[in-house]
Amino acid sequence: MKVRESLENYTFILPAITIFSIFYVIPFIWVFQLGLFEWDGISFTKVFVGLQNFKEIFFQDRSWWQSMWNAGYITLIALTFQNILAFMLAWACDREIRMKNFYRVIFFIPPVLSEVVVGMAWRFIINDIDGANIINRMLMGMGLGSLAHNWLSDPNTALTTVALVHCWKGFGWGFLIFLAGLQTIPRELYEAARVDGANAWQSFKKITIPLMIPVVVLVAILTVLGTMQVFVLIVSLVGGEFAGHTSVPVLRILASMRGSSRFGYACAQGITFGMVLIIISFIQYRFSKKGR
Amino acid sequence: MRFKSLFLGVFVLFSILGCSENKIDSKPTVNIWHWMTDRDPAFQELAKKYESLYGVKINFELYAPSDAYSQKIRAAAQGTNLPDIFGILGEKRDFASFIKAGHILDITSYMEANNNKWKNSFFPKALAVNEFSKGNSYGIEPGIFGVPIDIMTIQMVYNKKLLGQLGLNPNRPPKTLQDFLDIGGKIRDAGMQGLVSGWGEVWMVDCLANDYAFNIMGKDKVLATIRGEVPYTDEDWIKVLSVFKQMQESGVLAQGLVTMINKSAEQIFANEKAVFAFNGSWCVNVYKGMNPDLEYGAMLPPEASGRYPMSIWGGAGSSFMVNARSKNKEEAVKFLVWLTDQDQQAYLAQTTNNLPANKNSLSKIPEVLAQFARGMDYATHPNVWGVSEFSLVIEALDRGIQSIIIGEKTPEQVAGEVQKVKEREMAKRRAK
Repeated sequence: MKVRESLENYTFILPAITIFSIFYVIPFIWVFQLGLFEWDGISFTKVFVGLQNFKEIFFQDRSWWQSMWNAGYITLIALTFQNILAFMLAWACDREIRMKNFYRVIFFIPPVLSEVVVGMAWRFIINDIDGANIINRMLMGMGLGSLAHNWLSDPNTALTTVALVHCWKGFGWGFLIFLAGLQTIPRELYEAARVDGANAWQSFKKITIPLMIPVVVLVAILTVLGTMQVFVLIVSLVGGEFAGHTSVPVLRILASMRGSSRFGYACAQGITFGMVLIIISFIQYRFSKKGR
Repeated sequence: MRFKSLFLGVFVLFSILGCSENKIDSKPTVNIWHWMTDRDPAFQELAKKYESLYGVKINFELYAPSDAYSQKIRAAAQGTNLPDIFGILGEKRDFASFIKAGHILDITSYMEANNNKWKNSFFPKALAVNEFSKGNSYGIEPGIFGVPIDIMTIQMVYNKKLLGQLGLNPNRPPKTLQDFLDIGGKIRDAGMQGLVSGWGEVWMVDCLANDYAFNIMGKDKVLATIRGEVPYTDEDWIKVLSVFKQMQESGVLAQGLVTMINKSAEQIFANEKAVFAFNGSWCVNVYKGMNPDLEYGAMLPPEASGRYPMSIWGGAGSSFMVNARSKNKEEAVKFLVWLTDQDQQAYLAQTTNNLPANKNSLSKIPEVLAQFARGMDYATHPNVWGVSEFSLVIEALDRGIQSIIIGEKTPEQVAGEVQKVKEREMAKRRAK
């Protein structure tokens, strides 16, 4: 009877397991397998090189690690600036304020726009030759003319500019998830706290933050996974890797595939990148469990 | 009885319809995949004309943008379901890989039939891009494997009106690097932008660097560098890299050039905000669409040295290859012969403003396009050199030039870094 029940249960999840295996597990194994070969992506013959591609990534490919560093920097800004902004706006919209539905719609517009469109629009806003030069004009208007410069073509500001545009585009997702999370907190808790004499800050600290931790972890994991894979925005903002200053892992993988025709190496880069993301997500998950 | 008659009637009717359908199907259909959005309406028009003339259906399928097309072709090659005719985007190395995998038909015999009639109709340099000569480094049997549809040259263009506003003769663009650098100060004083180009996408940086390498040290030394016989730290290479430093310091380069995408560069030049642009001959069509009144001319990059002639990248702009596994090979070749004939080439040139690959079709093209065509005398291309540089070396060189332009590195530093990459790649090759 028990065996039959187990079999029945497995039958129910079989379609999901099959689809997951076909579209996730098998391609992952296949990509790993390709990472062990030197292959140009066209020939029918591949040369087995063992772990040579992985060895090259870990010990020789400085550009790869620079791109990881750059993606990490953008992710750090997204994790802090973008998510704090999203949380604060969600918190504000969760309260009884006028036109809150209007704000909810407005804040969700950037995420639904294509990254190419966002990149082109911001290029127009930032650049002076082919754009409106709005940022620099504002700075000059505020008497900060010395800060005005070409934000995207200066190696000191290019990556940060890209990161901030990415935050502008991405904060709407966090906003939506935070808002949904805030709305699940029972209002009675706040009323009870108010009756007990708690002020707004104490309610926020003692009720909102603890109850929002699972949501914060979810948003953080999604932010890391989404931001580390950014590249379309970079291409549309600065055209590519800009002397390595805006290089990110996906652009390096594309360069290996298209520029060098090293599909095997690109697969090895993809596997390495995937493993790094899995490890980061796992660490975040463990931390959140400890935090709870 | 009535039911039987009705059944028989329907059967006969379906049989007749079925037969007629079969007849339509028996007409060969030649399938062509391409990425050229601007040329698609003209291709469709020519396909209709060909079908009406010869009864062969030509099915042009457009897959854009070019990146997506490139991936589609590779995937189709792996699955051996390439169309009858297709184009390859990439370097000669990729072209060679397709040939080695048996995907591309050797069309030498067709080209050489009737005393080289078809072959002789093309610009030799356009054909050279599709040719593998004896003893080529790719290990391909000598032959012609592609048909050039149009040609291109990558040169500089100048805005006549803005040149006049700078107090210069609008019909005499700078010929030497020094003349060009001298204009930098005037451009800065007038609040204009100098040279614009898609240098954010780097391959165009590489293109200009090669032009100056040929001009400063000559073809033999450039090829010797690629073979590893001359280091990138050589004095002449330092001079090549210094050209970019000089340009930056003189003010002749537009602001933000290193992160500029070519579409933006084209827009800036078409809007008459920049005096010069570095672009391919396809720009004629682009500028016409953006600003039909734009007055400009094409010029060679100003010479940095009188020792060797200036060279520019040029040759086949786009080419079509015939699938060696196609059952419609003969029909495919026949169509390409017709497509590259004088009349069809003239039609393509007039409707798309691209330079025709057929040298007999140049008579009816606009003057600025003719200027680009004259550049073919100076044209060269990495695909005809017979040796190819490691892609990581090219990447290091391009990135290095970007670093020089933003003042981050000196030409000597970049040369040293490029040479290191070169030595590493050569060591890897030796180890294999």
